Amino acid sequence: MSGLPTYASPGQRVWYYSFRVICGLIFFFLIAPILVIIPLSFNAENFFTFTPEMLALDPAGFSTKHYEDFFSNSDWQLALRNSLKIAPVATIISVSLGTLAAIGLSQSHVPFRRAIMAILISPMIVPLIISATGMYFFYSNPYIPIPFYGKVELPFTLTGTYIGVVLAHAALGIPFVIITVTATLVGFDNSLTRAAANMGAGPVTTFFRIQMPLILPGVVSGGLFAFITSFDEVVVVLFVGSAGQKTLPWQMFTGLREQISPTILAVATILIGISILLLVVLEVLRRRSERLRGMSPS
Amino acid sequence: MAEQVLAADGRPLKTSLNRALRRQKLRALMLIAPLLLFILLSFVMPIADMLFRSVENQIVGETLPRTVVELKDWDATSGTEPDAAVFEALARDLSIAVEEKSHTRLGSRLNYELTGISSLFRKTGRSVDEVGEAAQDALEALSPAWEERSAFGGLLGTARWTADLDAWDGEGTAPAFEARPEMAAALPETTRLYTSFANMVGAEGDNPLTEKQWPIVSHVFAQEIVTAETPDGLDAFGQAVFSDVKAAMAATTLDDPKAIFIDVDEDWGSTDVWRTIQTYSPAYTDGYFLNSIDRLKGADGSEARPENEQVYVTLFIRTMIMSFTITVSCIVLGYPIAWLLANLPARKANLLMILVLLPFWTSLLVRTSAWKVLLQQQGVINDILVWIGLVADDNRLQLINNQTGTIIAMTHILLPFMILPLYSVMKTIPPTYLRAAKSLGATNWTAFWRVYFPQSIPGIGAGSILAFILSIGYYITPEIVGGTKGVFISNRIAYHISTSLNWGLAAALGAILLAIVMLFYYAYDKIVGIDNVKLGG
Repeated sequence: MSGLPTYASPGQRVWYYSFRVICGLIFFFLIAPILVIIPLSFNAENFFTFTPEMLALDPAGFSTKHYEDFFSNSDWQLALRNSLKIAPVATIISVSLGTLAAIGLSQSHVPFRRAIMAILISPMIVPLIISATGMYFFYSNPYIPIPFYGKVELPFTLTGTYIGVVLAHAALGIPFVIITVTATLVGFDNSLTRAAANMGAGPVTTFFRIQMPLILPGVVSGGLFAFITSFDEVVVVLFVGSAGQKTLPWQMFTGLREQISPTILAVATILIGISILLLVVLEVLRRRSERLRGMSPS
Repeated sequence: MAEQVLAADGRPLKTSLNRALRRQKLRALMLIAPLLLFILLSFVMPIADMLFRSVENQIVGETLPRTVVELKDWDATSGTEPDAAVFEALARDLSIAVEEKSHTRLGSRLNYELTGISSLFRKTGRSVDEVGEAAQDALEALSPAWEERSAFGGLLGTARWTADLDAWDGEGTAPAFEARPEMAAALPETTRLYTSFANMVGAEGDNPLTEKQWPIVSHVFAQEIVTAETPDGLDAFGQAVFSDVKAAMAATTLDDPKAIFIDVDEDWGSTDVWRTIQTYSPAYTDGYFLNSIDRLKGADGSEARPENEQVYVTLFIRTMIMSFTITVSCIVLGYPIAWLLANLPARKANLLMILVLLPFWTSLLVRTSAWKVLLQQQGVINDILVWIGLVADDNRLQLINNQTGTIIAMTHILLPFMILPLYSVMKTIPPTYLRAAKSLGATNWTAFWRVYFPQSIPGIGAGSILAFILSIGYYITPEIVGGTKGVFISNRIAYHISTSLNWGLAAALGAILLAIVMLFYYAYDKIVGIDNVKLGG
């Protein structure tokens, strides 16, 4: 595919170019909806389409008023603050617990490895609406079931609380941490930890000085996945949270469903900027991880 | 006999190795345990709770315990309403339920099964205190002592309880009621009802001896005293009760709960209401699941719902068909892209990969809002079509709030999930195979179809199952671009949780959806292996 040989028949030429055109159209389908948002967010009118002024590239057709609205509107600011308060804490929980478990899972003899893995990955597979339903029921009235006795009801409720949303998001982020960290550990050379132990390092020193720096790229990309999962999550927070925990996606969702305002496009553009940043960070991490493990970066 | 091999410390090597292995296993489990516990509590328990709620039905038995017992022997097919004993029991249960305000909850619960029960319960709840007025009047006519609010408490409660109440400072809850054993034996139902009354009043911080007892207490007392045996060791008041009152009550005509209830609402005379209560009296029910597949519990077994109430089977089928359509669109669009990426030189492929990864990393809400903006009748796509001249300005395409909108937007959202696994499989197919096939005389098409395509099938399988699993449970995108025709089963679940408040039905629909997803998850695990899930390139 990397080039058309000189002896190609006309039919092959036609197919070669039409295939590229088809692929070009599909790439256009993938990327255009996202890119179209960016100029639309600078619309001077409260419309969701290109005004004649914009098409004529008249500066009067553009403005940053939707961005100003985002930064001055208290609803949006509250949502932004909540998102920034919830996602990092949820990420810390999933990364710390997830990394430990991934290290445990990658040891050579783990009983019930497959079953444990299936349980830990399940938050990613179970549809969000089902997780949200279950959490809504359980978090509103948490209890501890005791076999042959019944349930001991806990004297607090988690729905509508910051802690409830953080716990739910941490659970949703865990599969991503497990997957990325176990993937990194596959290439981990265990003789390094043995060598460290041989030279007198305790398990804790070995972990922080030898193992951690080597698997750090995997941990960080798992953390990024967990962060974006929480930052982008709306179904669970709609059910488990209350107005006090309103996050950015929640505000966008209600905005889209009820009074659709162009501020959403400004927020969307900011979020696209964040995803580009994230993409770059992940790519850098991936290359670094491959270099550390002695593979040639592709 | 072979010499046992010993380790350095003198133990047999086998034991030493086993111990080391055991310790290693334990350490691995210790590392996993915190997370496993966390997931069990924050995720698995909620799912289990939801599954439990899809069959749980304790509310009927808990709110109407006496009625449920009495109603057990009633034959729903007899065509006549139950006898007076059932109405007696209902009057007692409802009197307590009204004070607890639990009768409206029960009403809403049963209203899911038979429309109108909710208002029936509310209406009856307002009139239930009519039962007992006759008994109360007769008692008060007999002796002014019965006008005293402490009359029943003094008769039924122990002296210690009365003393405790006198000493109580009115803070917090009143001392719990303590019944005289001989009274509990002679007048069991009266004592039980008075206990409910005293404890409920006490829990509100009031003194039961200064509150008027519920009319139902007098009613039941008047019934029980007639046949009660006189206990030993009664005081003067007690002896009077068991002689004079007993005789007087035997001559009194008491209220008839059956007449009163049917007078309040004639629905109590219909078999439908009673049949519904009887059908849903067990603590567990398959009613929600039957409802989820458009059936209901009829007089004999399950039967289909009326035509105009059948929604869920259609919705499940629609969800499946639309998810399937979306998956197929993803294959059709994703296959060429994956092929191109796998066969281009690395530098170009990495550059193009960004075009796949950027949508993958972009917020779901951003992509959904993009489609909402693009697909509107006054939106960018329609504008372009009008400008090109494909569509007349007054005849713009309806691309949103229908199935088209959902399919377009969700194909776009799930396409990266198809491309990435396809790409990683295609990357492993050596391009030399194609060349070998062609050099042996295969045409381009034969070479692709017979050699390349079969090797890419694992990628199609992995991507399809992933896309299908994800799309079948989608909520946000259909909610925003799907209108009424393009919504999925998830949207119905959300509706039942937040709007109709029929949580049991939401749980049952969720359980069915979960079962479908788990089936595909199992297939995915068998075909791809959950360990092999790859994220982002």
